[in-house]
Amino acid sequence: MPFRLTVNGTTEELDLPAEIPLLWVLRDVLGLTGAKYGCGIAACGSCTVHVNGRAVRACGMPLGEVDGPVTTIEGLGGPGRLAPLQEAWIAHQAAQCGYCQPGQIMQAAALLADNPDPSDADIDAAMDGVLCRCGAYSRIRAAIRDAAGAMRGG
Amino acid sequence: MSRWGRITRRTLVLGSVAVAGGVAFGIWQTRRPVENPLVPEQGVTLNPYVIIDRQGTTIIVPRAEMGQGVHTTLAALVAEELDIAFDSIRVIHGPAADAYYNAALLRAGVPFAEYAQSGWQQTVSGAVGRAGRVLALQITAGSTSVIDAYERMRLAGAGARETLKMAAADRLGVPRAALETEDGAVIAPDGTRLSYRELAQEAADFPVPEPNLRDPSEWRYLGRSLPRTDMRDKVTGAAVFACDVRLPGMRFAAVRRNPHLGGGMHSLDAAPAEEMPGVERVIELEDGIAVVADTTWTAMRAAGAARIAWGPSSHPPDTAALFDVIEEAFDTPYNARLRDDGDAPAALAAAEGPVIEAEYQVPFLAHATMEPMNATAHHTGDALEIWTGNQAPILHRDAAAAAAGLDADAVTIHTTFMGGGFGRRIETDFTAIAAQVARAVEGTPVQVAWSREEDMRHGYFRPGARARMRGAVAQGRAQVLEAQVAAPSVTRQAGQRFLGLSAPGPDRGHLEGLFDQPYAIANYAVTGFLAELALPVGFWRSVGASFNGFFHESFIDELAHAAGRDPLAFRLDHIRDEHAASARTLEVVRDMAGWTGQTPEGMGRGVAFSFGFGTPVAEIVEVGLEGDAVRIRNAWIACDVGRALDPGIIRAQMESGLIFGLSAAVHGEITFAEGAVKQRNFTDYEILRMSRTPRIEVEILEQRAHPGGVGEAATPAAAPALVNALFDLTGERYRTLPLSRHLRFA
Ligand code: FES
Ligand code: FES
Repeated sequence: MPFRLTVNGTTEELDLPAEIPLLWVLRDVLGLTGAKYGCGIAACGSCTVHVNGRAVRACGMPLGEVDGPVTTIEGLGGPGRLAPLQEAWIAHQAAQCGYCQPGQIMQAAALLADNPDPSDADIDAAMDGVLCRCGAYSRIRAAIRDAAGAMRGG
Repeated sequence: MSRWGRITRRTLVLGSVAVAGGVAFGIWQTRRPVENPLVPEQGVTLNPYVIIDRQGTTIIVPRAEMGQGVHTTLAALVAEELDIAFDSIRVIHGPAADAYYNAALLRAGVPFAEYAQSGWQQTVSGAVGRAGRVLALQITAGSTSVIDAYERMRLAGAGARETLKMAAADRLGVPRAALETEDGAVIAPDGTRLSYRELAQEAADFPVPEPNLRDPSEWRYLGRSLPRTDMRDKVTGAAVFACDVRLPGMRFAAVRRNPHLGGGMHSLDAAPAEEMPGVERVIELEDGIAVVADTTWTAMRAAGAARIAWGPSSHPPDTAALFDVIEEAFDTPYNARLRDDGDAPAALAAAEGPVIEAEYQVPFLAHATMEPMNATAHHTGDALEIWTGNQAPILHRDAAAAAAGLDADAVTIHTTFMGGGFGRRIETDFTAIAAQVARAVEGTPVQVAWSREEDMRHGYFRPGARARMRGAVAQGRAQVLEAQVAAPSVTRQAGQRFLGLSAPGPDRGHLEGLFDQPYAIANYAVTGFLAELALPVGFWRSVGASFNGFFHESFIDELAHAAGRDPLAFRLDHIRDEHAASARTLEVVRDMAGWTGQTPEGMGRGVAFSFGFGTPVAEIVEVGLEGDAVRIRNAWIACDVGRALDPGIIRAQMESGLIFGLSAAVHGEITFAEGAVKQRNFTDYEILRMSRTPRIEVEILEQRAHPGGVGEAATPAAAPALVNALFDLTGERYRTLPLSRHLRFA
């Protein structure tokens, strides 16, 4: 089936089955490997990307249901143009193995878009679906707090 | 050409070898004096080394980065002495990343590093009769990376610096002593700067002088929290894990193997898979299939669609039957009695008070690394190139070669970033399967991915284990502690898998974290029994100490309460005279938490201690009741790492190790039915989430001369600290894990 998909500002013409999850379109068809496979059943958050600015689990979203532009970690910011969250992640040295981190950052970006000044409880609630086997949670939490401050201009 | 200097007082040899466009420096340790360090028969071992060439400075480390920050610390050790910006050093995981240094050094036949050994390594080494064969495995495990590299990396940096100065002195016609170094260049008295890059080639002609190491008070990088070399790539999505490798023309494969472990495949109807659009091949494996397709998604669905009749498991069918075998091991002759102070049986018989007896049990566990097993391989008929996140490149190379039908030197192995290791990526199964699939589609690069379900069900599990503990107290002290532990032996299975031999004799790894704790108890006996189980078991963060720490420190708590003592003061009384640095960690954690021995209603606190991987660690966990659920609120960790080379990384590892241990204590359990793992995914193998993770404070002490391991040290005390806190909260002593079977957690 032909699809038109906009990822990180670039529109792609794709001919793929409607059921293929967005995660595999990104990783295996478009070669955008930032979003990771961790569970395939929307239970770990490693594959989190934005569709229409909302955080979604790309492993559980069929291509046919993608109803807006997609942003992945590669589109959030890169070397030389890091997003405030990425700067905060570096400042706090938040990543360990790093595998979960694209999902963590994309989830956090959606949170801050909704709620520029989240409490710790808000952060916990928003981030609880994104697992980190390395247990980097405390630095992730601290990085989100700092990025929120920086984005509010504080 | 190669040049050698000997640093005799340490029996370390510092040498250099010319390589294309530059020079490589290495530190070798000798077990006895040697004439020519390039002759391996003389017992020389190769360590991480430094290459300076036109590209700049590169260090080759036989250590994999799996999140523990090891590459950053190793780079800092070299930079400190070499006078070069730490972030300008490239760190490459050796040995197989570049051909030229292989030609220069490895083909010279020098075997690999002599690492600080953990218990299981010692057992296997003993069995082989010499250490070299085991040490050649080059495994990143046992938290030995930094301990091992501490002097050698600095010496390599210092030796390189002095040799570069010699080359500059020769060129400029000034004495070496008149030269300074700064920021990757030699500086002459008149201000002339000669960069290391331009001196590198000449430097290979000079013998390496014996360098002096700088005093820690002069350090600029070491002892500070440095920005990790891998951080930027990990927050932009640019870091390449094995599953992110993309090659021209690459296909995607998925595996499906018999869930009934040890069983084969009775029949296969591949048609339902082959008929799916996008599927290219169905390949038979020994115990299942791999499907090659246009995407991972197609490959996984097609693997599921094939009709397969599985053979039965060759192991005891269910969890109860497995634990029966473990329990029966207590009736067999013991394998090891590694501690036997005083006379425990006589002391128990003569005890004044009641004998305290308790049995403990822990379940099998999965590693559940965030990145499921996978590897990417390209077989070109007479060679194989493979990208695999692994903790033991030599083992993986050999396994890939065997599976690909090639000689080991026809295999090029790329060790990528790992989405978690924790011991799972020592095992070579996923690399071998990828090589086998690549061989079947010769000429086409292929990525072979495991689904989370395959990963969960085909692990090398942390073994289930049981303990029988007995003890007695008098006058506020432990008079006797007798511990017996039964479990399948990771050491024996690893010996069999990695070396093709089973290590006879006492298994130290099996009793690690139990026989080696610095408690002074007059009658103290620790005995290990090995259960005859072939079910795959393997190294899981902190290995034997992951269960022995729970047994020992829970039971110490039982003894403390039986003696009517504060559990922290009780521990201190037994440790203080035995090992002052260990006692200090308990005192510090006591002060950090404001431990009084008293907790208000609705709150509980527990303490636990463990000494392992060269590092004593004391932990306090605080729990509270929220309705009928328990919340793990706070945790405090005091560790003595000797020298804190990078406090930021050490803190992260301490938190990580604690959370790993708490995850297992609260949720972790692998169970079996019909010889198959019942758990499939994170829905039934849960780990701690952000909201369930306590606030953690870490304090780092530096009382000992050498750096200790940090990657595993915090894990053993986590479960007992939590269980001891729950005893304080509820009065209930939980002797079996996981705790979610007994309690609800908030
Ligand atoms: S891979 Fe999508 S949530 Fe786990
Ligand atoms: S950093 Fe390793 S899983 Fe989060």
